[in-house]
Amino acid sequence: MEIKKGIAASPGISIAKSLIIDSEDYLIPQRKITPSQRLTEIQRVRNAFKDAIDELTQFEAQQDQTEGSKIKDIFAVHLRFLRDRSLRKKITDLIHSELVTAEYGVSTVLREIAAHFSNQKDSYINERAADFYDIERRLLRQLLGRKREDIKHLSEEVAIIARELSPTQTAGFNKKFVKGLATDAGGRTSHTVIVARSLGIPAVVALEDLTEIVHGGDRVIIDGNRGIVIVNPDDETIQQYKKYSHEFSEFEHKLAAIREKPAETRDGTKITILGNIEFPDEAELVLQKGGEGIGLYRTEFLYLSVTTEPTEQQHYEAYAETVGVFKHRPVIIRTVDLGADKHTQSRRFAPEPNPFLGLRSIRFCLQNLMMFKTQLRAILRASLLGQVKIMFPLITNLQEMMQAKMILRDVMEDLDEESIPYNRNIEIGIMIETPSAALTASTLAQDVDFFSIGTNDLIQYTLAVDRGNELVSTLYSAADPAVLRLIRTVIQDAHKTQIDVAVCGEVASDPEYVMLLLGMGIRTISITPPMIPEVKQIIRSVTIEDCNAVARKVLGMNSERQISSYLRNAVRKILPEAF
Amino acid sequence: MQAGQDSLEKVVCETTVEIKNKNGLHMRPAMQLVDLANQFDCDITVNNSENVVDGKSIMQIVMLAASCGTKLKIKAEGTDAKKAISAMQELVENKHFIDPDSAD
Repeated sequence: MEIKKGIAASPGISIAKSLIIDSEDYLIPQRKITPSQRLTEIQRVRNAFKDAIDELTQFEAQQDQTEGSKIKDIFAVHLRFLRDRSLRKKITDLIHSELVTAEYGVSTVLREIAAHFSNQKDSYINERAADFYDIERRLLRQLLGRKREDIKHLSEEVAIIARELSPTQTAGFNKKFVKGLATDAGGRTSHTVIVARSLGIPAVVALEDLTEIVHGGDRVIIDGNRGIVIVNPDDETIQQYKKYSHEFSEFEHKLAAIREKPAETRDGTKITILGNIEFPDEAELVLQKGGEGIGLYRTEFLYLSVTTEPTEQQHYEAYAETVGVFKHRPVIIRTVDLGADKHTQSRRFAPEPNPFLGLRSIRFCLQNLMMFKTQLRAILRASLLGQVKIMFPLITNLQEMMQAKMILRDVMEDLDEESIPYNRNIEIGIMIETPSAALTASTLAQDVDFFSIGTNDLIQYTLAVDRGNELVSTLYSAADPAVLRLIRTVIQDAHKTQIDVAVCGEVASDPEYVMLLLGMGIRTISITPPMIPEVKQIIRSVTIEDCNAVARKVLGMNSERQISSYLRNAVRKILPEAF
Repeated sequence: MQAGQDSLEKVVCETTVEIKNKNGLHMRPAMQLVDLANQFDCDITVNNSENVVDGKSIMQIVMLAASCGTKLKIKAEGTDAKKAISAMQELVENKHFIDPDSAD
């Protein structure tokens, strides 16, 4: 039994056999198999060779004889390697004697050969190493591709373990059988997490070397509530977890019952709970869980799932779908928050050296006006369908905000000229997610209708921590006094100017922070849909008086550790089942 | 070329060749050598004085990493050993591996 601690990324408990997905982009870790699995792994190697040969034969045939006889030659050489029995034998012998997986066997043998060439003095010959890396990747792609196919046709429940999951890997998940996800890398907002939350399965990320510890078929417990993965648990632990898991699902059941009840504190203060969504079809989930609208509609999916830029109509349809679900309840559409990703980076000659401090989010929009205006037009057109609000992300200064508003006015004038109707009084808000915006909140508040505090980026920029980086991710905490003081400033400035202020970062969905936020004066939160019932339960169990006391106490504390342990204890008293 | 035991059942032939093309026995020449070797029924081994490898396995041949000037001992055992040896010697020493690319 081995216990690994990571970051809890999606709640729930699962006990299942593990299925490991390696990636051809990372070093394949050595992973033992049982003697009885040898034949399966050897057969997998044979199939991978066969498929790779078929693939290459096709490529070779497609090559025009006249152009690139060099390329044809490369294919021809690789084909001969793939057909070489002694190469295959080296791999299958390794699997047989060392009890390793097909992936590891392929990778090790081909890398050994490559290394043999890298060590040669003759530069022409040592360049041959590249050919072997190429053959390695080709075979791994076959092995892993088949594994992806296997995931589509699962017949038993599994927990997926990987270094990191990419959208292509998760696209084929058979939702019925994938019971949990655990990855070496990643943070709370990585792709793995988004998938896990949308499937409603537990996930733990940032486990560092989990893939090197787990062997395929090992039983694992993924505890998405505490951020723990237990490899090969003993019987006693399994029993404990079964009991805990049962209690947890009863608890969830109980939470479902409070869906219809208002989010109101015991002393009658009404709190508005909105949902954060990524895709239009999640709107329904927000409603199901008892959310009262959308507080953060991320729109990046429109750009990341397609290769061409989305049209105004595509934007409009996506917004119309969501707004339609909520009729006259608020839907806050955030303008695109692209940056530091494939979409923006692929448009550059060289990647930005420091993308999170680079051309991202509103900055990117302000430099790509055509794209920005297309989105604004679509939002304005959709504004007639319900209570649509517009929100600009990552504002760092007044000028940026005024510029964004000016462009919005330009778009409105264009629509006027074309006699296209829209809601002239659409509410405009900004996200407060940089220290500079938080410190100048009193100024910014003069010219907008609402603030939404994006704690994820605010923490990252305030504490100078990339939480996706396992080496420093423990420094990332909303309980840091610096972060809390900034949040308090923003809330106070918003109240002084009498504009709405909400929190839409993950902190708002963390049960430990609910009382603190209410105590600091927050009355609207926007959170990930699965967390709505639990947060509502907490709200219904407290009084504003209690919350104020928690906030007073915490804001007088000077250490992150002291604050987080105080908050944990405070909520445990109120909702012991959640922990 | 030296003829070995002259039996009908099992002929053993051996020769020593020198790699003369400037980039040595890299991928394409290795492919040609192995392709040629595979046309014969006899067993063929290639020896660079450190290792003896299977002349019909491209991986093993390439692993010899024979550069220009390297001397290789080729040995064939089987009924068509004689033909195999002379064909291989022709490829290495006279044709210098037919090369469509003058760059090689």
